[in-house]
Amino acid sequence: MEAAGPYDRAKALSAFKFGDQAFYWITRICAMSVLLILGGIILSLIAGAWPAMKEFGFAFLWTQRWAPSADPPVLGAVGPIYGTLITSVIAMAIAIPVGLGIAIFLTELCPNWLRRPIGMAVELLAGIPSIIYGMWGFFVLGPFLANHVQPFMINAFEGVPVLGVIFAGPPSYLSLFNASLILAIMVLPFITSISVDVFKTVPPVLKEAAYGVGCTTWEVVRNVVIPYTRVGVIGGVMLALGRALGETMAVTFIIGNSFRITGSIFGPGTTISAAIASEFAESDGLHQSGLILLGLLLFVLTFFVLSAARLMLLRLEKKAGN
Amino acid sequence: MSELSVSSGVPSVSMPPPSALQGETRPKVTVRDLNFYYGEHHALKKINLTLMANRVTAFIGPSGCGKSTLLRIFNRMYDLYPGQRAEGQLMLDNQNILDPKLDLNLLRARVGMVFQKPTPFPMTIYENIAFGIRLYEKISKSEMDIRVERALRGGALWNEVKDKLNASGLSLSGGQQQRLCIARTIAVRPEVILFDEPCSALDPISTAKIEELIDELKDQYTIAIVTHNMQQAARVSDSTAFMYLGELIEFDQTNKIFTSPTDRRTQDYITGRFG
Repeated sequence: MEAAGPYDRAKALSAFKFGDQAFYWITRICAMSVLLILGGIILSLIAGAWPAMKEFGFAFLWTQRWAPSADPPVLGAVGPIYGTLITSVIAMAIAIPVGLGIAIFLTELCPNWLRRPIGMAVELLAGIPSIIYGMWGFFVLGPFLANHVQPFMINAFEGVPVLGVIFAGPPSYLSLFNASLILAIMVLPFITSISVDVFKTVPPVLKEAAYGVGCTTWEVVRNVVIPYTRVGVIGGVMLALGRALGETMAVTFIIGNSFRITGSIFGPGTTISAAIASEFAESDGLHQSGLILLGLLLFVLTFFVLSAARLMLLRLEKKAGN
Repeated sequence: MSELSVSSGVPSVSMPPPSALQGETRPKVTVRDLNFYYGEHHALKKINLTLMANRVTAFIGPSGCGKSTLLRIFNRMYDLYPGQRAEGQLMLDNQNILDPKLDLNLLRARVGMVFQKPTPFPMTIYENIAFGIRLYEKISKSEMDIRVERALRGGALWNEVKDKLNASGLSLSGGQQQRLCIARTIAVRPEVILFDEPCSALDPISTAKIEELIDELKDQYTIAIVTHNMQQAARVSDSTAFMYLGELIEFDQTNKIFTSPTDRRTQDYITGRFG
């Protein structure tokens, strides 16, 4: 029996060995497929955009004119890039403070009976399909903003040096501002629900310690809760930013689809994804290739924005002494 | 006065006998008929006792007896949680701490607390100390440097961290983190310091350092310490309160509690028969 012991065990182990090898390869193939898909998408984007790249070269990046039916056709990406950046920036400027505010209220201040209703509402907001946001923005929010909010802002800032141009009239149902607001509402749940989740991970005793040296709730949140959860919060913000940059349907509905850049945020504009969505079906040849090139640019833009956020995070961590 | 009438019904404040206390002292915190509730649960029953200034008062008793609860009333920490309430009187000098109109932030500057687990804030060592000071005072950088150094010296940590004040507070060892928390607490110049089992997560050497520190701190502060370690209570405290099931069973000078307790339950607990 004594000799049989080790022998049996070795035999049993060798039987498992095959299973383990198979498991290793299956998981490895799953992981590798991500690289393959990503590489495939990049390659096909480049291939599709190649004719436009050859035709327009780098001028594509600083030409504002978008005239696919001119002879010869002229395509420039400045309008969509500008619109994409502007709408995302305004959307984040609104959504970050509001989203964090909701999260702070839910975790630190909210009475128990109110917590569930608000939490559910935020989750539901995330579940609304973007086409519905688009329709709502077109039929309800757009007219409301144009009739009530925009005239007020136009009057308020008229004559003020820089702001006067940014908030110049006339009011419009279809504008960069309206699209930004819809985007802000759409990305709000990302910021809030991720922030709530990470705020909950702050050990109660750490908060008590901060209250214990005499902090107010605001000081506890500002100096302990947010620094402690910084990485998670920025992750949520990055996710939201990624969505804002790429959001298509709702924006296409209400942005006005104009390739011309106006200084005013109440003027119409377009974003990269809105331009592709509204023109791709009727495009061919060089025009289509130009739209694919726009897609490639969005891809690159998103990549750079997210890398910049990552870099900022690293520097913040260094500053905190970790 | 040396014996405590717990269930006499007459509000009485028990004080350690004056003979036990060397040097000048006076009552700093006086608890009168204090009751505490977690929702429906009556957690503390009619507590009466006095913390003397510049003395260390230890609270001992089995888990769940209410000693941490009592400590958390001294700085109104329970206020953070809905459904917890205290009744009675808790005087800090001549002010009732339980007064709902009391400014809690100011109270917590006067009554500092050190927790069971070290709780450094997610910032540098320097900032951990400066943070608390900044809440109350606007002072220049050079003054702040002095205050931070003084606090870290007071926390017996200066020599170990003076070359890495910009490192994260989280990079320190457990014992150092706990001393950082003590330094942070004394940096805002409190009058009373509460220790809630400050050594239960520490190794014996760190524990010895903290106990030594507590002994030094009592020159300037009134100290209350909750501990599960009876040797520790015997080592660091001047008077000891034994609590059981939400009641204060016995409160007296430490050497009396540990050598000739009056109550049978105290005797059983300190000899290890239950708890």
